[in-house]
Amino acid sequence: MKLLAYFRSLAARFLHRSQLDAEMQEELRSHIQHRADDLERSGLTRAEAERRARIEFGGEARFTEETREALGGSFIETLVQDLRFSLRLLRKSPGFAAVAVVTLALAIGANAVVFSVMNALILRPLDVPQSESLWVLESAKDKDASQSYPDFIDLRDRNRSFDGLAAFNVSLAGLDAGEGRSPAWALEVSGNYFDALGIQPFQGRLFHPSDEHGPNSAPYIVLSYAYWHSHFQEDRGVVGRTVRVNKHPFTIVGVAPPAFHGTVLFFYPDLYVPMVNQEQIDGANLLDARGNRWVFEVEGHLKPGVTREQAIADLNSIGSYLEKTYPKDDGNMTFTLARPGLHGDYLRGPMEGFLAGLMLLAGLILLAACANLGSLFAARAADRSREVALRLALGSSRLRILRQLFTEALLISLVGGAVGLWGSAALLRGLSAWQPLPKYPIHVPVNPDANVYGLALLLAMASGFLFGAVPVRQILRTDPYGIVKSGATATTGRRISVRDLLLVAQIAICAVLVTASLVAVRGLARSLHSNFGFEQRNALLLDTNLSMAGYTSDTAPVVQKHLIEALEAIPGVESVGLADAVPFAESWASSLVFTDKTADLRPSNAAADAFMYRISPEFFRAAGTALLSGRALTWHDDTNASRVAVINCEFARKIFGSVTSALGGYYKLPDGIRIQVVGIVEDGKYWSLTENQQPAMFFSILQSPSSSTWLVVRSSRDPQQLAAAIRSAVRDLDRGLPINIQTRYEVLDGKLFAARMATVSLGVLGAMGAMLSVTGIFGLAAYSVSRRLRELGIRMALGAQRKELLQAALGRPFRLLAFGSAAGLLLGILASRVLASIVYQATPRDPLVLAGAVFAMALLGLVATWIPAQRALSVNPLILLREE
Amino acid sequence: MTGQAQLLPGTLDLLILRAVSLGPLHGYGILLRIGQISGNKLLIEQGALYPGLFRLVRQGLLKTSWGTSENNRRAKFYELTAAGRKRLREETDSWNRLAAAIGAALGAQPEEV
Repeated sequence: MKLLAYFRSLAARFLHRSQLDAEMQEELRSHIQHRADDLERSGLTRAEAERRARIEFGGEARFTEETREALGGSFIETLVQDLRFSLRLLRKSPGFAAVAVVTLALAIGANAVVFSVMNALILRPLDVPQSESLWVLESAKDKDASQSYPDFIDLRDRNRSFDGLAAFNVSLAGLDAGEGRSPAWALEVSGNYFDALGIQPFQGRLFHPSDEHGPNSAPYIVLSYAYWHSHFQEDRGVVGRTVRVNKHPFTIVGVAPPAFHGTVLFFYPDLYVPMVNQEQIDGANLLDARGNRWVFEVEGHLKPGVTREQAIADLNSIGSYLEKTYPKDDGNMTFTLARPGLHGDYLRGPMEGFLAGLMLLAGLILLAACANLGSLFAARAADRSREVALRLALGSSRLRILRQLFTEALLISLVGGAVGLWGSAALLRGLSAWQPLPKYPIHVPVNPDANVYGLALLLAMASGFLFGAVPVRQILRTDPYGIVKSGATATTGRRISVRDLLLVAQIAICAVLVTASLVAVRGLARSLHSNFGFEQRNALLLDTNLSMAGYTSDTAPVVQKHLIEALEAIPGVESVGLADAVPFAESWASSLVFTDKTADLRPSNAAADAFMYRISPEFFRAAGTALLSGRALTWHDDTNASRVAVINCEFARKIFGSVTSALGGYYKLPDGIRIQVVGIVEDGKYWSLTENQQPAMFFSILQSPSSSTWLVVRSSRDPQQLAAAIRSAVRDLDRGLPINIQTRYEVLDGKLFAARMATVSLGVLGAMGAMLSVTGIFGLAAYSVSRRLRELGIRMALGAQRKELLQAALGRPFRLLAFGSAAGLLLGILASRVLASIVYQATPRDPLVLAGAVFAMALLGLVATWIPAQRALSVNPLILLREE
Repeated sequence: MTGQAQLLPGTLDLLILRAVSLGPLHGYGILLRIGQISGNKLLIEQGALYPGLFRLVRQGLLKTSWGTSENNRRAKFYELTAAGRKRLREETDSWNRLAAAIGAALGAQPEEV
């Protein structure tokens, strides 16, 4: 009640301050008039009466001051006073203010950016209705979320835990809306997809289970809002129109709502097509292939009241039924449920680890910034000790002085936080619009939201209090009489102060960051020049899917042969190799393999899971993969010949025990087909740079055809010219075939995305850490020089040499720098082990890295102490001694 | 000005409440009323009255309204609220108890101990 009244009056005062002041003035006037009336009655003239009344009343200022205090809100009053005073002080030292604000802006900005990314990718729930009950199925064993279509159907129909299980797959389709074919990213979805997710149409209708009547029965598409906006100019008449998808007629039935873009956080599909029409989209029908796990994800909402554990148990009982019923195709069907958005735990795990690491680093940066500002503040407080002493002597309370100091600290931290947030918001907007991999509709929507603003505010306040607290002890210990009497020349002495420790900690943090970023950069540079089992230079990659032009697996080989011949005819082309997929490209296939002696071909008996490529005879030559023994594939390895394969060394070791015993040997595929090994090639990297050595096998594209087509074109011609020549050659062959051309290096680039991001973020944080260290050391050095100017002057007057002078002035900062760097370097080397999982070949035991880190720290020290050193050297003892 | 007593801390509020309990008054009127009911025995600085008044208003013990005074001047009138009336009763009781106790203590004779 009282509190409420207090706040009400506080609010009223704030809102009607001028009104209240006017009222107070009027009441005062009224009082004096009444008193004057009385005095006039006792015989005074009016003027004299009013004068007397005013004198009797006493100080008007005191009246208003005390009345205001009685009104409450003296807190605000004091705050405004303190703010005004702080502003005045800061205006007097703009250098200090600017350094402090920029330091904090950088540190808080870095935190805001990292947190925004974490917030967008990990913390923020997916933007679909009731996302908290939405779960993605994944294998408990290897965290793989993909399923086969028949298994999906069984899971969908047999489970009792979900309000509908839906499936989707990512595919590239050629869409022709009357203006020529262009590639569009499609989500192949199960009929119940939109219903299970609870999505309502923006225009027209969405798919329903009733649309599905077997393969190719639902030639409908739903457009994403963004694609409708960019390709159909939001034409409402588009619903009902027939367009061609891979030359097959499809009817547009509706448009999805603007906020919906599927359930993979950063993937923005152009359109949605029913999964039952897979054959028309992908060129192959895998709807009955129980062993082929091509469905990207299966997901659904849990029924109300069903727990995650119950649902997992339910799924596992279906899994064991499937294992028993289909032993050849389904092995190890145990499930777990993962949060949606990042392809189960496959991406979420590493992403969480990486972002948590970054957040930690950003936190350290902020801590370093606080340490920095803390020592700056302490130095300032020391400089102001005379003023503080005077105020104390005049009766100000220590609390009041501390309050003003904290107000100043908070003012700086809030301004710094605002600037930092503003900068990070700009950066994040850029990041959101950025499409990291040009071929893919991938965006990372990291726009800041209320959480981010809240965190930034919190961090700003916390850091304000943190660095504001550093000089507290100093103020509390101030002895006003001593200082006023003798002046503020008392030196801090030689023992280690909190300020020194802060600086050492900060330098150590900076050294950690510098070392880590150097390790990452070196690792990245090295990984670009290591052996991948193919030659990166002088190779162009062309990829297309012939199904987009209406070819199927059966008709594709003819076109592929024509393609190879057309490209080989281009002048300057040395060789052309064709494959259904190439290492490091986004699509890949793998198959379980069995030793020849295995009779029971159930998955648990498999000898290995090997990468599988279907290639043309020239592929190894074009790709630059060395054939170690045996022969390459030839055009005679077709459907009439016996099935053969070329394998890599790892495959030979795993299945045959050694490389020498593999040649000529046989092994089996899950369908029982025996394959003879005719050649062995060098090992390579197939999926990621950091992978362990994987087995791989290469089949003849003639023996197992595919419409997915990659061509490696080896030529030393200029890539741009060559690409143009390739385009015209392909156009001559099939006008409407959409193709994508990139250099081998660019493909690798995409693969290195994570490593590059890690390196860039570490580099940025490292640079920030370095900057903070420079300001920190600079602050200390400048302060120590300015405090000892007089001493330096005397030393100089007594004939000290430059070297001795510098030693006296800067010895301490340099010792701190050396100590901090050594500690940081050591920590950095330890921390770099973590890095090795992200950046290939990141190792701190690299003389170049160590030398680089030491050099960088020395350079930082030099930069930071240059100006103070100049100042120390330019001391003019005469002027100095005269001034004091 | 002889014979005037300094106010004990905290008693000004009680006097204001008492003065206003006899009818709505403006600030100067309250001063006069206190002088009148105390027989001009209490010294109150004119400027010190207003912080007390504002404090009581803030506590919800007094309410204010602008009106015209007996001198035909515009003035702010103070009036007791229900809470103010209750507070006056309580404070008066407690003051009487205190005064009686202190009076008894100071007036005690040696033979009574």
